[in-house]
Amino acid sequence: MSQIILFTIVTLVAIGAAAAIILYFVAQKFKVFEDPRIDEVEEALPAANCGGCGFPGCRNFAETLVKSDSWDDLFCPVGGNETMAKAAAILGKEAIEQAPRVAVIRCNGTPEFRPRYNVYDGAPTCAIAHSLSTGEGGCPHGCLGLADCVVVCNFDAIHMDPVTDLPVVIDDKCTACGACVEACPRDIIELRKKNKKDRKIFVSCINEEKGGVAKKNCSVACIGCSKCFQVCPHEAITMENNLAFIDSDKCKLCRKCVIVCPTNAIHELHFPPRKTDKTEPAEAETK
Amino acid sequence: MSLKTFSRGGVHPPEHKLSAGNAIEVLAPPEIVVIPISQHLGAPSKVIVARGDQVKVGQLIARSEGFVSTNIHSSVSGKVLKVDRFMDSSGYRKMAVQIQVEGDQWVETIDRSDDLVRNTVLTSEDIRKKILDAGIVGLGGATFPSHVKLMVPGGKRAEYLLVNGVECEPYLTSDHALMMERSEELLSGIQILMKGLGVEKAILGIENNKPDAIDKMKKVVEGSAVRVQGLKVKYPQGGEKQLVQALLKREVPSGGLPIDVGVVVFNVGTAYAAYEAVMKNRPLIDRIVSVTGKSMEKPSNFQVRIGTPISLLVEKAGGLPDNTSKVINGGPMMGKALSTLDAPVVKGSSGILLIGDEEARRKEVKPCIRCTKCVNVCPMGLEPYLLMTLSEKGLFERMESEKVMDCIECGSCSYTCPSSRPLLDYIRLGKAEVGKIMRARRAV
Repeated sequence: MSQIILFTIVTLVAIGAAAAIILYFVAQKFKVFEDPRIDEVEEALPAANCGGCGFPGCRNFAETLVKSDSWDDLFCPVGGNETMAKAAAILGKEAIEQAPRVAVIRCNGTPEFRPRYNVYDGAPTCAIAHSLSTGEGGCPHGCLGLADCVVVCNFDAIHMDPVTDLPVVIDDKCTACGACVEACPRDIIELRKKNKKDRKIFVSCINEEKGGVAKKNCSVACIGCSKCFQVCPHEAITMENNLAFIDSDKCKLCRKCVIVCPTNAIHELHFPPRKTDKTEPAEAETK
Repeated sequence: MSLKTFSRGGVHPPEHKLSAGNAIEVLAPPEIVVIPISQHLGAPSKVIVARGDQVKVGQLIARSEGFVSTNIHSSVSGKVLKVDRFMDSSGYRKMAVQIQVEGDQWVETIDRSDDLVRNTVLTSEDIRKKILDAGIVGLGGATFPSHVKLMVPGGKRAEYLLVNGVECEPYLTSDHALMMERSEELLSGIQILMKGLGVEKAILGIENNKPDAIDKMKKVVEGSAVRVQGLKVKYPQGGEKQLVQALLKREVPSGGLPIDVGVVVFNVGTAYAAYEAVMKNRPLIDRIVSVTGKSMEKPSNFQVRIGTPISLLVEKAGGLPDNTSKVINGGPMMGKALSTLDAPVVKGSSGILLIGDEEARRKEVKPCIRCTKCVNVCPMGLEPYLLMTLSEKGLFERMESEKVMDCIECGSCSYTCPSSRPLLDYIRLGKAEVGKIMRARRAV
């Protein structure tokens, strides 16, 4: 009886030892070396896995950071400069500073300004509505109000305003990951440079129709009159296809363009009220 | 009479052929027409007139650009007011030529008599050229340039010409009216297309809800190589792949065309237009449009000039009924709601349908209950519920491997869904995205 027990134990130990040796050599042979710094860098990233950097997830981005010599196109918009500096410190590389950005909705076609000609009752997504028709109003460029941008936002930074029917970005929460920019079938959303106190000036319209047509569709459309272009002292404004565009990197927030715009298409947000001698009321007050 | 039909899927919506049996009414040209330069599948044509030019009926105003493209002619005589972007049926502005009508002067070479011309001495090469010159496209709705279809690619052989007189969409009756009133011309058109293709056999398929058209066409085709075949009523029998299957029991391979199984399909409207073009030198400047709807005072079949505003057609058919909630360009299954009545009639407009609140309202969308009704009715053997979910989630590569590009957008799935899910809307979105992916891949 005891012999059987002994025999069993010896055999099992022998098999175990043989397997262990084989496994050891196999493990040595097929060893996958993974840079331990990848884990460290991943730890430093925000773990949002939002895809804002252009990679499928934070781990993938961390791998690329470790592998790449130059970080020209690599930036984590969610973590910003701070995160990139941390990652750089771990790897002993140099991070390229980028100005923080924030999403801006470039449409002001609220029901008040934009007449609605028909009712859309199809599938409630912007992508489908856009492919079928111009939407409820006549403007082929304006916001459709079906909230594709809200659905894709991972950070709860966009919500629909029930009164204006337009999306609103919460600047503090927005990480500029660009998911909403991608989702908007009409390319209304733009990532603009973040200024002090979230101040911003932008043309809240992207329509390229001629002035008359644009105005008929929406009374606050950019009509391409180029008054702002002429008044801008910093050459921040360009005119293309009947549309003014303010380059947020060049804009010095002087607010001269806001006053001259005949359709109030240029918005200024989060500014203190103007001194009373200026004629136009500041947009910030109405918002 | 034995009836044929396609074997897989299909639905049978109520027919409502209200304007059936109504004679074709030829409408006089309107005051102003707007003729879009992209009325066909493929590259937009190139405008060759300018503001202020005088044009005649049938004069070329935009020339074919590229292989898959076609010519566009003025449908009226008068002065070009503008070459600019005008709203089309979707509300988007597209390039178009606006013409102020003055009189009704035709280009001299067009034979405007009603005399029937039967035989032609033209070669198939000449026929193709004439069809391109006349700007003929598939009038069933897809508006694929017809001269391209007549060119059989190397290595393939056309054996049959199938003529589509099915008109499976509910409400629409324009093809029915055409078969009843222009039967002889239609036969001649079919013979021209046969000659153009170099085929010996042709079959005209007509659904059994038009027994008068079947009888009439049977009488007319006696003694010719054309055969008339009655078909059981089932939607979407007018889809060309379904028609090929119904008439010949041949299956067009996935991603292929009917020519892969030796068949070319033309609509009856296209065959008639081919007759006009080849025998009468008359380009495609007008078409037959059904204007119909349950509360319509006078559901009609109009022969109208291309570019006529749709509002005028509605007016001629008795005006816009009070309870109209949607005006649909096309039939109820495949048509799309118009966003403006100012949109013009184009080569692909087969009908204008006005529907009231009751019919127009979409029902509440409920969750999918996995009943697979959509799978059973899909005539292409796809899984619409799956495709919709993939599209919602943005998994477009997966949609491609699930053969979304084979979808013919017939809408049977949405029609049959007990949870009223917008299946086709999402599938169309997916098709557009997959199309982009495929084009990007080809460009690399």
